Amino acid sequence: MEATLFYILAFVTVIGTVLAITEKHPVHAIVYLVTSFFSLAMIFFLLSAPLIAMFEVIIYAGAVMVLFMFVIMMLDLGRPSEAGRPVVRQWLLPSVLGGVILLSIVAVAVRHFSAPGTQGMISITDFSVTLFRKYGIAIEIISMQLLFAVVGALYLGRKR
Amino acid sequence: MIVPFEHIIALAAILFGLGLVCTLVWRSNVIMLLIGIEIMLNAAMLVFVGGSAKWGMPDGQVFALMIMAMTSAEVSLALALVVYLHRRRNTVDVDEFRELRD
Repeated sequence: MEATLFYILAFVTVIGTVLAITEKHPVHAIVYLVTSFFSLAMIFFLLSAPLIAMFEVIIYAGAVMVLFMFVIMMLDLGRPSEAGRPVVRQWLLPSVLGGVILLSIVAVAVRHFSAPGTQGMISITDFSVTLFRKYGIAIEIISMQLLFAVVGALYLGRKR
Repeated sequence: MIVPFEHIIALAAILFGLGLVCTLVWRSNVIMLLIGIEIMLNAAMLVFVGGSAKWGMPDGQVFALMIMAMTSAEVSLALALVVYLHRRRNTVDVDEFRELRD
């Protein structure tokens, strides 16, 4: 039953992403992308990562996408007549490149990743202990990075 | 594991390919280009979480969290740049920004 749910959610994710990248209206594209991120969050939940699923909903579908929406509305880019969709000729070569990468990844995955893994659920306790014991220094570095991003965004966005 | 690991990798590869196509195609709108980068980073997160579920190690989830923090920093800076460029040139077309000087 969980496997069926995974395939349904994978289908929704892929269709939502395809609709998002072919949509010429940026606001609609972001709404499609939020749909895709919600189903991806459910996939994370099925892969025994409930905390990552929650962060996906809160940070990606919540904060990041709302930030995109906010910038689109602030710069008034939501008019579909201005945003020209690329013509069919422009889609051709990137699709070939993407297809080559996709096929190579799938070929490598089918050959190499069929080794048996270990079973066992990862609890949130395991996750937190690993996060703060083993990778405590990474948390500090990432907090510095977020601080620098805030400073940089303030510098770029200041009035002159 | 609820599904074979290859299927998770295949889904991540499809998402990565779609993000790459979005980044390569949308030169007329820098916001759609950034959305393509988001899709690619999500595919990378899916591989990390799938690997952590396969081998029962929480390290993959930790690095998915790191990718998320990195993405939020990247998006805030990139959108500040978009606002800056739009204020200067009044467009978001990538082809318009071809000069290094003002």
